[in-house]
Amino acid sequence: MPGRAAIRAEAARLRGTFEAAGAQPIEAAILQPAEVLLDLYGEDIRGRAYVTSDMLRGEQMLRPDFTVPVVQMHMHHGAEPARYTYAGEVFRRQEDDPDRASEYLQVGYEIFERDRPAASDAEVFALFAELLAPLGLRAATGDIGILMAAVDGLRTTDRRKQALRRHIWRPRRFRALMDRFSGRAPVPESRAALLAHEDPLGDLPHLIGLRSRAEIAARIDALREDAATPPVAKGEVALIEAILDVRETSNFALERLRDIAVDMPAISDAVDRLAARMAELDARGVDVEALDFEASYGRTQMEYYDGFVFGFYAPTRPDLPPVATGGRYDALTRHLGQGREIPAVGGVIRPGLVAALGGLS
Amino acid sequence: MSIKLGVPSKGRLMEKTFAWFGARGVTLGRAGSDREYAGFVEGIDNVDLVLLSAGEIPRELAAGRIHLGVTGTDLVREKLGPWNGDVRELAELGFGHADLILAVPSAWVDVNTLDDLDAAAAAFRQVHGFRMRIATKYHRQVRDFLRENGVADYQLVDSQGATEGTVKNETAEAIADITSTGDTLRANHLKILEDGLILKSQATLFTSSAAALDASDRAAMRALEQKLHLD
Repeated sequence: MPGRAAIRAEAARLRGTFEAAGAQPIEAAILQPAEVLLDLYGEDIRGRAYVTSDMLRGEQMLRPDFTVPVVQMHMHHGAEPARYTYAGEVFRRQEDDPDRASEYLQVGYEIFERDRPAASDAEVFALFAELLAPLGLRAATGDIGILMAAVDGLRTTDRRKQALRRHIWRPRRFRALMDRFSGRAPVPESRAALLAHEDPLGDLPHLIGLRSRAEIAARIDALREDAATPPVAKGEVALIEAILDVRETSNFALERLRDIAVDMPAISDAVDRLAARMAELDARGVDVEALDFEASYGRTQMEYYDGFVFGFYAPTRPDLPPVATGGRYDALTRHLGQGREIPAVGGVIRPGLVAALGGLS
Repeated sequence: MSIKLGVPSKGRLMEKTFAWFGARGVTLGRAGSDREYAGFVEGIDNVDLVLLSAGEIPRELAAGRIHLGVTGTDLVREKLGPWNGDVRELAELGFGHADLILAVPSAWVDVNTLDDLDAAAAAFRQVHGFRMRIATKYHRQVRDFLRENGVADYQLVDSQGATEGTVKNETAEAIADITSTGDTLRANHLKILEDGLILKSQATLFTSSAAALDASDRAAMRALEQKLHLD
């Protein structure tokens, strides 16, 4: 394994390259308020981040990544468009795999730009691809936006679409919901009994806690509405599955998605965006014909990405985590900006893994 | 040298552990007064009894400070995680049964499964502006279980005791706790979710490969395993 000094040198070189590409170098605090991260990622973040606390500031987390502080900083006093780079440690709790690092350096490149999403996506990816080329890595790409558009295009209630959208990043629950909404999974007995009951609130047991009788009634109404709604058509379920199965080189993937869009016009815009991105990638010298595209890529690990996603992997070292990852995170800026938003795309490289694979110099 | 056997230092768990070993010809007991945490072992040589809190036994096993230990599967999972290569199950002892379960108010007639809990949690967050609180002391296992099952929009709040009371006190909306009969839950107007069983736990004899063994220890270990019919 390379020593710390070698890894630091690699990080400095990478950051220098990003600065030369036009990015402004920035710093972020190691201690981040836990509340923001918890609000964003939910309880799962506690399993991944180190939590500490004091009497004055309450719960703090050792930064698990730079994304949140970078977005916050940009939203407070950033000019537009903006490009940022940073290099520093991130900290991840490891409870299952002793071989995974719990502290490592990340070097990032982030673009905040409103008008040219396809060009910005391509700029980040092409920069990473060129920089990492000496390592002979395999690139994986995907686009969460296509699945989101497909969900929005389903001919069913908003409530169902909302439930599916909420679980885009939890494939197992997403599938369970699809099975239920399409009538493939049987209604649980207890729910059938509840729905059959004329006045389920009539002999309600003693109610305790904050969740009120009105909230219980509202959910029963929602369940009744859902029971009265026809199942999602078999054809639409098949189309969603067809999208999730797309896993080809980009040109064939695009062709396949265009075919699916004929039956599901709701994804046409998202597929056009993929085509525009591929054209921009091609213009920057990326070999699009050889570039893998997987429609379900990034669904399990990259919760805040909602468009283009990518990762770079060492084919000879399947034991290593990805050397670089990134993607578009417009929704995150919307969430942190409380109403304001700024489209953003970026990625991080792990200089420790770059050095372990022989380095770039 | 001798091998060290860690046993819970008080209560029914200690008594039943003593009885389990006693039935197999190994007499364990507390030395001196009830207040003194020293023990003796009869019926086998070179085995020392170490009386510890059941909650500390997983840590002592993982550190290799004891060779054998009796504690609940729930505690080992919580303190050491699912895959600790150093601590291995030798035998389930058939007592100390307890299930780690998720429970919600009985009046939540609309919530019977994890699917319901997830939907109710989403709606709760919209109404109240914060994520639904689940009180527990088994943070890791509850979090892993809910992640595996794709439940979102909840938060865990720490409760080291009287967890069943947290819902009535409005410091939590649901609980995850150990139950053996369910009586306490019913008395507190709570019900278990149909698919809310997180772990079935019982008192278990664990062994630690982190603890050093010399030749005589190895012999003592073999003799004990024979006596306990574990070989």
